[in-house]
Amino acid sequence: MSAQTADWPDRLFQTLKRGGVRQVGYVPDAGHARLIERCRADRDIRDVVLTTEEEGVALAAGAWLGGERAALLMQSSGLGNCVNMFSLARTCRFPLLMFITMRGEWDEFNPWQVPMGSIVDPVLKLCEAEIYRARAPADVTGNAERAIQHAFGDERIAAVILSQELIGRKVWTK
Amino acid sequence: MDQVKLERRAAMAALLARRGDDLLVIPGLGSTAWDAAAAGDNDRNFYLWGAMGGAAMIGLGLALAQPDRRVAVITGDGEMLMGLGSLATIGIQQPRNLAVIVFDNGVYGETGMQPSHTQAGVDLIGVARACGIANCLDVHDERELAELARRLKDLRETLFARVQIAAEEPPRVLPLRDGVALKNRFRAAIGLET
Repeated sequence: MSAQTADWPDRLFQTLKRGGVRQVGYVPDAGHARLIERCRADRDIRDVVLTTEEEGVALAAGAWLGGERAALLMQSSGLGNCVNMFSLARTCRFPLLMFITMRGEWDEFNPWQVPMGSIVDPVLKLCEAEIYRARAPADVTGNAERAIQHAFGDERIAAVILSQELIGRKVWTK
Repeated sequence: MDQVKLERRAAMAALLARRGDDLLVIPGLGSTAWDAAAAGDNDRNFYLWGAMGGAAMIGLGLALAQPDRRVAVITGDGEMLMGLGSLATIGIQQPRNLAVIVFDNGVYGETGMQPSHTQAGVDLIGVARACGIANCLDVHDERELAELARRLKDLRETLFARVQIAAEEPPRVLPLRDGVALKNRFRAAIGLET
């Protein structure tokens, strides 16, 4: 990957900054490592490491009650942890902006990632989320901007899917 | 020790009496929401009718967004148990303006009074302390309840409290249950656009 394309997490970080995101909840994830690092280093962003992704759904609702924008970073496996907590966003129309790194869909070594990875899109649709899928580095910023508008402008759930082909194959042996 | 346990409605009323405009309250799903409604409806209450396990984290997001206001999450033992990990998350963040108060009656009241983990000895104060929340208060009587009300009034660091209450079921007092309306009136009350 060229230096120009490999910097999509930095451009995504800048997009979040421009979008006014002040709280970022996350469960640590290799695909989000660079973005998490940028958030942790930023004085104006409160990074909140979570024990489980559903905590981030509730965090984002609380942030909006208090007038702040939040984002939630997770891996596809974390989506399943959130399903009931989405009731909060759906019933009250809280903005919920999620960035989901995909596992189990492309060049996956670990079969345990496939069951959840393979149902991410239908689960999101059932939960009334709008899906913005980025397959290549050039797709990331535009999708993130649209998702930010949908989440905070319309008070809805928006999920940016960061495809496994974008993130690259996990290295299992070093 | 045989002692008379606190009555939940009186305990809630004591905590919310003369609350001040700067106190924002997240009453957890179930009886604590009815208790808060019984103590007097307020636009600065965001009652939960669902999202079990989420009350403390909603409080965290709100406390971080509104550092100049006090935030009290008041929820039940069952609701807290479902989101136990959030105490670890809050223990790391430690916002000065957040109080998590658990009304602990040792049972799941809404579903038929089945025993909860706390009845079998799970110690929520011990969990909170182990998660790094140093300002903890275990409340068993009127004197300790008054101390909790005092610490809530003068909140300066993350506070966790367990209030041991009697397992009783006072008549339900149901607050507004339209989530969008609850959200909008809460935001309007603190000067945000809706």
